[in-house]
Amino acid sequence: MTTRAVENWTLQPLTDFVREASVRLVLLMTPAGQVLAQSGFSRAVDVMSAAALGAAIVASTGELAKQLRQAPFAALNHQGHRHGIFLSTFPIERGTIVVLAVYDLDVSSLGLVQLFYEQLATDLKAASPKGRVPKQVLAADFERELSESLNTLFGR
Amino acid sequence: MNNALDLITRVRGVRGAMLVSAEDGLVIAEQLMEGIKGSAVAALAASLAGRLRRAMEAAGIGTSVFWHLQADQGTLLVVPAASGILVVAVAEADVNIGLVRLELLRAGEAVA
Repeated sequence: MTTRAVENWTLQPLTDFVREASVRLVLLMTPAGQVLAQSGFSRAVDVMSAAALGAAIVASTGELAKQLRQAPFAALNHQGHRHGIFLSTFPIERGTIVVLAVYDLDVSSLGLVQLFYEQLATDLKAASPKGRVPKQVLAADFERELSESLNTLFGR
Repeated sequence: MNNALDLITRVRGVRGAMLVSAEDGLVIAEQLMEGIKGSAVAALAASLAGRLRRAMEAAGIGTSVFWHLQADQGTLLVVPAASGILVVAVAEADVNIGLVRLELLRAGEAVA
């Protein structure tokens, strides 16, 4: 399974998470949908779609929590017949990281994903560069930045 | 469900007992001594249960009724109940295995 990162500090924690939790697909991204790393995706269009949909779910559930006057939801799990989808966020010094993981129910489980997600969050917090403000992507640069990220994520 | 766990944890040398959903590896009920990471044991035991089930299916020897994993400083005992629940006990190395097994099987019947 291919694991690639735009931000190199995410690579080792993500590789460990994929191996330990036996997940099929993973995206690490910002709440805006900017992808930091991916594992298991074979097409750029799938990464773009998953990132956009994941970011939209984080935004809509966050707003729902606000309407209910609650803290944002810690995690969301959607379980189907064969696959489960796990979506969660955690803060690091530079902002918030969103983790979207898809797992096969035959080889993994929600308990296993939750267990190693905690380790992933801890490892990413420890590995994230300290005292550096993340580069803001301006609308004018968006397409170029997106192309560069996708090229990196798919080793082009 | 806690009554089922009571009977297991009363056995001398048992450090904790849990009911775990075999399908998703989550804790249903637990009675554990301090220092045992219940959610981790549950997730990993369920993962192991899935792999063992497939191994036994592949070997054509039916389903497992009891496992005993012996470690340096203790032992893990599991009975997969018919309802998709795993009855798990964490015990010291010198525990009376036969007695714990009996209580695990009784608990398995109670939660089925």
